[in-house]
Amino acid sequence: MSSRTTVVAGSGTRSGAGFAVKLVLMALVDALGVFGVLAAWRAESWGILAAMVALLVAANWVYFSRRTLPLKYVLPGLAFLLVYQVYVIGYTGYVAFTNYGDGHNSTKSQAIEALLVQNERRVEGSPAEPLTVLESGDELGFAVTDEDGRVEVGSATQPLEPAPDAVVGDDGRATQVPGWSVLDRAQVLERQQEVTTLRVPVSDDAEAGSVRTQDARTGYVFRSVLTYDEAADTMTDTSTGTVYSPNDDGQFEAADGSTLPVGWRVTVGFENFATAFGDPRYAEPFVQILLWTFAFAILSVVTTFVLGMFLAMVFNDPRLRGRRIYRTLSILPYAMPGFLAALLWSGMLNKSFGVINQVLLGGADVPWLTDPWLAKLSVLGVNLWLGFPYMFLICTGALQSLPGDVYEAAKIDGAGRWRTWRSITMPLLLVATAPLLISSFAFNFNNFTLIKMLTNGGPRFDDASVPLGHTDILISMVYNVSGLDGTAPRDYGLASALSIVIFVVVGVISALAFRQTRKLEELS
Amino acid sequence: MTTSNQHSTTTTTTATAAGAPAQVLRHRMSFARWARELGWRHLVGVLAAAYAVFPLVYVLSASLSASGTLTGSNELFAEVSGANYVALGGTKFWTWMVNTLVIGIATAVGTVLMGAAAAYAFSRFRFTGRRLGLTSLLIIQMFPQMLAFVAIFLLLISLGQVVPALGLNSKLALICVYLGGALGVNTFLMYGFFNTVPRELDEAAKIDGATHAQTYWTIILRMVTPILAVVALLSFISTFGEFIIARVVLQSESNWTLAVGLYGWVSDLLEANWGLFAAGAVLSALPVLALFLFLQKYIVGGLTAGSVKG
Repeated sequence: MSSRTTVVAGSGTRSGAGFAVKLVLMALVDALGVFGVLAAWRAESWGILAAMVALLVAANWVYFSRRTLPLKYVLPGLAFLLVYQVYVIGYTGYVAFTNYGDGHNSTKSQAIEALLVQNERRVEGSPAEPLTVLESGDELGFAVTDEDGRVEVGSATQPLEPAPDAVVGDDGRATQVPGWSVLDRAQVLERQQEVTTLRVPVSDDAEAGSVRTQDARTGYVFRSVLTYDEAADTMTDTSTGTVYSPNDDGQFEAADGSTLPVGWRVTVGFENFATAFGDPRYAEPFVQILLWTFAFAILSVVTTFVLGMFLAMVFNDPRLRGRRIYRTLSILPYAMPGFLAALLWSGMLNKSFGVINQVLLGGADVPWLTDPWLAKLSVLGVNLWLGFPYMFLICTGALQSLPGDVYEAAKIDGAGRWRTWRSITMPLLLVATAPLLISSFAFNFNNFTLIKMLTNGGPRFDDASVPLGHTDILISMVYNVSGLDGTAPRDYGLASALSIVIFVVVGVISALAFRQTRKLEELS
Repeated sequence: MTTSNQHSTTTTTTATAAGAPAQVLRHRMSFARWARELGWRHLVGVLAAAYAVFPLVYVLSASLSASGTLTGSNELFAEVSGANYVALGGTKFWTWMVNTLVIGIATAVGTVLMGAAAAYAFSRFRFTGRRLGLTSLLIIQMFPQMLAFVAIFLLLISLGQVVPALGLNSKLALICVYLGGALGVNTFLMYGFFNTVPRELDEAAKIDGATHAQTYWTIILRMVTPILAVVALLSFISTFGEFIIARVVLQSESNWTLAVGLYGWVSDLLEANWGLFAAGAVLSALPVLALFLFLQKYIVGGLTAGSVKG
């Protein structure tokens, strides 16, 4: 078969216009690709460079070879899939075994540089150099005049270099520097914060220190109190004489066990998993959250399915007048974007001002979203509102396609209404909708939007040291632990490890389900 | 209300039932002695409709209330004013709306193009690795992309250092991330539908001298338009409401989508921003609602295609 399609593709007369379109598209792809490769080269990102070259070569081979017909159709989607799904899942697996996060954000050499920069002190007895604050575009810079009257200019990104063309005023400060404009007193005051934190390196070497200023008129040389000994791989604090050497956690550690604040990321084996399951701060909430996640997902599927099926059966009576109206009105929540519905309900369920308490319950004070159990009930209730129309739709579809002869047979056998429902309708419905129930379970297992928007995971657990609450599910726990919204210290390693746990749970359940529905056998 | 309905329906029962399939008729006829049978169905129908519609009515009323506070919105339609809608003009709402539409439409179009192409290849060509490809897709689609949001964040940091347009805080980068999930989710839905298009059509076209590309663009794609509409719609709606990746990727307020922006309003100052939120919610729900009701037939068909296909 494959040889036949190849022959056809090769011998068929190419339409000129189609070939031209292909050439133009490929030229565009190649141009963008080469641009990306060059950019990766400049940024010294070798991994990205390799991936881009590989994708580019693959694209050209696939679209200009005659033996790659199927790939011509699959490649675009495949490329995105490989980068943004397969790779990121794999990368999650890697990060799960590292201590990536606050304090361990970068490589070792970056950490060393950061430590040197952060621990700079004014060099004792260094001369006060007359200084001028400069501006070029958005960037601030300093011009300093040394003891011999020579002016040097630099900025945060550009180390000091001589500026022989600068004009020096009476007080020794530069008044004009080519390529820069001099800031006056008022402008300096306006950007005081930026000026006092500006650090202009003396040279490319971080150990050489920097020039800083407090008053925008005099600069001092700052140098790090730490020195890095490359041969011994140790940091030495020159003010105290303490020697720090690297430990297994990716930090510099002194003999007394104290560590320097900036570390680098290292692989830590199963430590993150041990934290999730064993560390008392996380283990207890983790187990609670795991149980609630299962309860939430299962109960959501069950409640929405039961209500949806019930309504589908109620409205499945052709004599019922106006059932089209009932149906249309009942599925309206399905058309409401989930995040809007959750936000809307969070207001409606508000304890003091919400419409549920104030109007429907006549001024009651029910803590719908702030009591641990009521909050869980509310989450389920809102999800029921959101989810039952979907179940209603699929049950209606399934009911209408049930074979009529089975019912006839049941009637002939004298089965009553309840018996027919229990032995025929229900099993057939379940068989027909099982794959969708499974995917509904998987969806709710990760229904981050609902939890985040409705309760934000609250009410919080009593132990305030972890940013977790009674209605948090695993995915929102991952989000909170990752610290990406800035409310908690970032811990990518632990967050990724938790993601892996979810992957495993969802994967196992899906695999079992697919086995059950024999979906794999349909493939051929 | 229910009683009157009940009377009117019982009188027309025979007329409506006559058009129904024979088995339904007989099935119902045997229970016809329950005169109240249809009455409780109406009661359920009214209750269900009220349950479904009440929050929507409430948000409409809140968006029209003049005070714009949560408390002030409790009396339904006590006052009708456009103040909240006018006030939206002073916020970033319309920027978010445009962002959301741009991201949603671009993702939907990309998803349909790439998914349909892949489904075509899997459905029409027999090649080594086809089975493996389908099985891999099946396995990959079990792992939702959103779970890897930390890794996506870290990947975009690295990409942003090379090409800023593909890095954090870029709408293009977000679209790319969404497109990464396109193949896994939709290929199977489309693959099944493509298989129902008779192969004789391709063969005939081939004999007439059409290339594979001409067959694909001019014949197959026309035959599968319904599934393309469904996939585009589902993709648009899911992108429209996606929060976690959008929140992580888009950082400056002017790049936010509606989901990120409206969450900000409600979580910050629930009481004060309620009218604004309600007006925003009505306006953001309208396009989806309209699209949904308009394409309801297709959606139901698409959803049940997966379940009842057999």
